[in-house]
Amino acid sequence: MTDRYQTFTRTPLGQTLVKNLGLPDPTPLPRWRAGDRVIDGPVVFGAIGETDAGKAIQALLRDVGAAFSTATEGVASSSIRPKALVFDATGASTTADLTSLQRFFSPVIRQLAAAGRVIVVGRTPELAQSAEQQVAQRALEGFTRSLGKEVKRGATVNLVYVAPDAHDQLDSTLRFFLSPKSAYVSGQVTRVGTGQLVSNDPAQPLAGQVALVTGAARGIGASIAEVLVRDGATVIGVDVAQNAEPLHKVMTRLGGTELLLDVTAVDAAQRIAAHAQEHHGGIDIVVHNAGITRDKRLANMRTDTWDAVLDVNLRAPEHITAHLVETGALRDGGSIIGVSSIAGIAGNNGQTNYATSKAGVIGLVQALAPKLAEKQVRINAVAPGFIETEMTAKVPFAIREVGRRINSMQQGGQPVDVAETIAWLADPASAGVTGNVVRVCGQSMLGA
Amino acid sequence: MTEARRVAVVAGNRIPFARQDKTYRHSSNSDMLTAAINGLVDRAGLGGQEVGEVVAGAVLKHARDWNMVREVVLGSKLAATTPAYDIQQACGTGLEAAILVGNKIALGQIDAGIAGGVDTASDAPIAVNDRLRNILLDLNRAKSAQDRLKVLARVRPKDVVPEIPRNAEPRTRKSMGDHAALTALEWGITREAQDELTYRSHINLAKAYDRGFQQDLITPYLGLEKDQNLRPDTTLEKLAKLKPVFGKGETATMTAGNSTPLTDGASAVLLATDEWAAEHGLRPLAYLTHSQTAAVDYVKGAEGLLMAPAYAVPKMLARAGLTLQDFDYYEIHEAFASQVLATLKAWEDPIFCKERLGLDAPLGEIDRDKLNVNGSSLAAGHPFAATGGRILAALAKQLDENGGGRGLISICAAGGQGVVAILEK
Repeated sequence: MTDRYQTFTRTPLGQTLVKNLGLPDPTPLPRWRAGDRVIDGPVVFGAIGETDAGKAIQALLRDVGAAFSTATEGVASSSIRPKALVFDATGASTTADLTSLQRFFSPVIRQLAAAGRVIVVGRTPELAQSAEQQVAQRALEGFTRSLGKEVKRGATVNLVYVAPDAHDQLDSTLRFFLSPKSAYVSGQVTRVGTGQLVSNDPAQPLAGQVALVTGAARGIGASIAEVLVRDGATVIGVDVAQNAEPLHKVMTRLGGTELLLDVTAVDAAQRIAAHAQEHHGGIDIVVHNAGITRDKRLANMRTDTWDAVLDVNLRAPEHITAHLVETGALRDGGSIIGVSSIAGIAGNNGQTNYATSKAGVIGLVQALAPKLAEKQVRINAVAPGFIETEMTAKVPFAIREVGRRINSMQQGGQPVDVAETIAWLADPASAGVTGNVVRVCGQSMLGA
Repeated sequence: MTEARRVAVVAGNRIPFARQDKTYRHSSNSDMLTAAINGLVDRAGLGGQEVGEVVAGAVLKHARDWNMVREVVLGSKLAATTPAYDIQQACGTGLEAAILVGNKIALGQIDAGIAGGVDTASDAPIAVNDRLRNILLDLNRAKSAQDRLKVLARVRPKDVVPEIPRNAEPRTRKSMGDHAALTALEWGITREAQDELTYRSHINLAKAYDRGFQQDLITPYLGLEKDQNLRPDTTLEKLAKLKPVFGKGETATMTAGNSTPLTDGASAVLLATDEWAAEHGLRPLAYLTHSQTAAVDYVKGAEGLLMAPAYAVPKMLARAGLTLQDFDYYEIHEAFASQVLATLKAWEDPIFCKERLGLDAPLGEIDRDKLNVNGSSLAAGHPFAATGGRILAALAKQLDENGGGRGLISICAAGGQGVVAILEK
């Protein structure tokens, strides 16, 4: 759906009003289209000393053809408008080293281009070699989260923690955060661990992969299916029989197979496994997108309303995941992506059932990530904020307006923003990315 | 208590089924059920005699017909001393009535009884809406002329809009066809397969008429001699041309052809012990040996509205010590062609049978040549409560004609229910 206010701010009259009244002025966010470069503009790279991570970052910047300059203390020259600022902070071993952040960013931050990118790479604090290093590394989170709120004009700021010896795993994650694919992802912290080195074609990272997407008929699910297919995957679209017609249309267009079932049915997992074996020989990517809301304050909540939401949003992903893993229908090296919500992090009035289910999805990720690592299976979740869909279009106007504006981007996200994030998590090259919950919320103030 | 006695199906009768608002448009449920029972009484030579009990029902029933079956008996050729009662289990009414009569016979409580069912989709009970009903009740309670005027002043134009019964599930507000369409999609039942089943239903029923099979199963009524919905000349091509009526777009497969139309009609079946039959110069056509009901939670349980027979049959088979293949005939009520096909597919599906039915192995395939050999509801029509009696009588006769054998009856019903039974000889 369209954001009429944002459209209006792009008109001359709108611009005048916005400037004089101090109204929110959301910058249109460019999205990635097939054939686009990862990053279109100069990159300034800074670091605290020379590190393996720093070398890996520079190699990647060269790889994607970015014109980049290195600077330890920013670039004061006003002639450059960097599209991205990438800072390697893995070398910070004491809090004294944090000064480098201010030295590097303060002179250059004002010059960051619209819809620019700021990426800070740190060392995973829990894996630090000393208490001092852990403190310094943990401190980075406050820096990036605050900077995210300062940069404005559609720019994003994200922190990537990399484990020792995992610098070779940074590629897919840096590509994602540099590119317009992460348009609505800001203020996030991603942990990259060690993993198998996978070198695939970044234009078709999912080639040969079979992806299951539940709730694929419309909205975010259809967008997920589309992006996964764009990236080379074959999709199995699952939805309830009520959505047979839209699912059929989407899957016909994407060349995927359709499976009509209710994910809460007792045999849903078995049916999915059987369909995958029969038509595709197995599954590599599972996206638990199917979800429902049945909002009621707890005092007015009926048992069936509570159960319906928990069944679809949490028990089904739990049960289906367990079955696909146990039976081996999900192949080794596979990737599971849950769909949580910022309601599951921040809570929301009238959504005890929904938030319980969505927080449970985070629990599922945290519980299974270490267990599934033995099979080289990864599990992560996305937590969408306000995304412009048929579902949010039904939200009353005033609440919808607030939901849209109370984030660093001052606008709602698009289904494709969720889809791109999922595609990154699904990418076999993201082998080091597991156990993460990534918010796609434009750095919403809720639960941040 | 004595040991359970064998329950024989001795005779059956029905009036031809008419399409909604056609030949029987001015006939009431009572008229049609009386006609069906009188035909049966004539055929069995029971005029003026008493039978143990008459059990029947109608799905769409007027409030004034609260004691319909007893009233019908009083107006019939049976002795006025024959007790009767009404039952209602949606489309399972007719078969359930026979099971109830059969159980009393088996227990020695009665020696013979009549089970029946009737429904009219034309002479439907239209009710005043709840607001007007309350006003009218208040009017009745009012004591003075002034009070009555006050009450009447509350009537508003919208109050005259009546409540017409809808063929929809109260809890989902979806029609049965819409429910069946969802099941058809989940089971991947194709339009072609549905049309093929529909075609066979019409051809088989037409053949049954041609060879005189229906001769002693039907009594003409209001000039109608055959089921009005029967299209002996239908072809797969004609069926393929019909537009889907449930769902839309490429995934919609259910048409007016492969779904049963709304119909008016009535049926009755005479059940008795061997001894009673012999005393009355009648002979058992077949025996009602097993029965079972089941229900599914279609509201929340992620199961199709009309899938309950898929659960009832394996329960009954386990009790009877039979497999799905141990039958010579299968009478699966064709509420919709897709319902029959989804049920058969479910029984063949290892996942369904294991996860939903808790069976180690699927029930397996049936020989389709044994299915609805004399046509079923798609051709004959389906006056809800009358279908059970139609199937019982036809299957009993078929088993008798065959010189013995075993037949399975499966009927799906609104509310996510299923009624199934076995006839043997």
